[in-house]
Amino acid sequence: MARKVSTARKLTFTAIAWVIALLIFFPILWTILTSFKTEAEAVASPPSFVFFDWTLENYAEVQARSDYFKHFSNSVVISLGSTLFGLLIAIPAAWAMAFSPTKKTKDVLMWMLSTKMMPPVGALIPVYLIFRDTGFLDSRSGLVFVLMLINLPIIVWMLYTYFREIPGEILEAARMDGASLAKEITHILAPMAVPGIASTVLLNIILAWNEAFWTLNLTASKAAPLTTFIASYSSPEGLFYAKLSAASTMAIAPVLILGWFSQKQLVRGLTFGAVK
Amino acid sequence: MGSISLKNVSKVFGEAAVIPSLDLEINKGEFVVFVGPSGCGKSTLLRLIAGLEDVSGGQIAIDGVDATSLPPAKRGLAMVFQSYALYPHMSVRSNIAFPLKMAGLDKAEIDRKVTEAAKVLNLTDYLDRKPRQLSGGQRQRVAIGRAIVRQPSAFLFDEPLSNLDAALRVNMRLEISELHQQLKTTMIYVTHDQVEAMTMADKIVVLNKGRVEQVGSPLELYRSPANLFVAGFIGSPKMNLLTGEYARAHGATTVGIRPEHITLSTTEGEWKGVVTVAEHLGSDTFLHVDVPGIGHVNARVSGELPVGHGDTVYLSPQRERLHRFNDQGLAQ
Repeated sequence: MARKVSTARKLTFTAIAWVIALLIFFPILWTILTSFKTEAEAVASPPSFVFFDWTLENYAEVQARSDYFKHFSNSVVISLGSTLFGLLIAIPAAWAMAFSPTKKTKDVLMWMLSTKMMPPVGALIPVYLIFRDTGFLDSRSGLVFVLMLINLPIIVWMLYTYFREIPGEILEAARMDGASLAKEITHILAPMAVPGIASTVLLNIILAWNEAFWTLNLTASKAAPLTTFIASYSSPEGLFYAKLSAASTMAIAPVLILGWFSQKQLVRGLTFGAVK
Repeated sequence: MGSISLKNVSKVFGEAAVIPSLDLEINKGEFVVFVGPSGCGKSTLLRLIAGLEDVSGGQIAIDGVDATSLPPAKRGLAMVFQSYALYPHMSVRSNIAFPLKMAGLDKAEIDRKVTEAAKVLNLTDYLDRKPRQLSGGQRQRVAIGRAIVRQPSAFLFDEPLSNLDAALRVNMRLEISELHQQLKTTMIYVTHDQVEAMTMADKIVVLNKGRVEQVGSPLELYRSPANLFVAGFIGSPKMNLLTGEYARAHGATTVGIRPEHITLSTTEGEWKGVVTVAEHLGSDTFLHVDVPGIGHVNARVSGELPVGHGDTVYLSPQRERLHRFNDQGLAQ
């Protein structure tokens, strides 16, 4: 039976939820607002919320100083590329572990996850040197490779949990019905796993898009994605809050929009398997 | 079509021999039920026949052809799973059509067969629904439909009714029996429920720890169980197994008497006992009676009987219905 909740209680909880949500969203909102101010208004005290001269000059200047679309396309290539290659490796891996597990499967999974616990800076110097010697520094392919490796454990884990939810009996039924391995995958498994693969892809695109440590350290200009683009506006010579805000807004906008439209998929992806 | 023969078939998982070594002949058109307690290897045996598990040793022949190393699809068998294993993203029509599509039949032929199967199974109105929009019984019928369209040489059922509620189970039991009468195709049916086994089978295979305890028709097993295991497993309520002085008097280590073969009286009889529990079903009355010197005895009396807890009753086992077992537990 459902618990009875009084209207007053509901209102209180709704208000609290809104306050918390606004607190979390405030930095992003503030960044967006600041991006439309002049540099003087950006640092004015007390700050003004909406009653300032709205201007687009920061955006024009940012685009003039550093080519947004170049960085944007780098971000797209790197996040999509790393996710795609990650899937190519993770799908068979997760498949094997979900459908023919061995005694060591759990250990392998834990080992993969444990690599995420190591501070990435611990591997920076060797990776940097390898990249320098093989000519991968400041290249998109190099970043695709590194980000694919970084996110691989998460992709494998997510897919593994999804595949585990597909009852083995259904695959056996397909086998009894005369499906070859290829048909079993294309007709039965893939359609059943599509929602899972979709949320994995979404989450990994977002993770790769936002990844700053490796992208900042392994690129200079050619392959620099949007993270480098933002970072270039926080210079030691002085902060240009308005321009930095404009750059940040431009950098986060695509992924924010993607996230907004795929909320349902993402939430489903992150909570999948929690309840039957 | 539809004879299956197992020779020295064994299955080992790691160090555990689930099926040590087993021989079995299934004739064409027979309704064979594998029955036994959980973990007795009955499902494994079915999966070995289906080809979903590889045998560790021995040979499986289907219609006289060695099928031991054939993949499941090439064995010409159809299987109905406990969980129905319907394809959730496909409509009922596509589910039933799937094996035909895999076999490469043309569309008109597939449509014809699907429509025909749907008619037999009363699924015509549901062909465009998804499995999740169906009730348990309807899902089970779709699973059966998917099996019959292939016209397999034998059907394999893996506890197909255990997910259904009691009333529906009785109906489906009947439907499957009728289907067997209609199709006359070999059916192998796995269950732990001895009532299902008794009501449906032409031939029952009683399994225990991967070994065949006895093979026979329902009434053969009922009348002359080969050993204590079968005696205790077949029949409901269970056979009374008595040891001690009473058994020795009959020249056996254990003597068995079915509850329905005990005559009850409130005035006189061979044993005098006190009723501990009386279960009144209307059609029958089950009595649990403590008999001093003999032990706990179950008795089944047809019809209504005005006795209850604490009442004294007299029980007389029917001599000609006694089962005698030696110290090995084998019938003598």
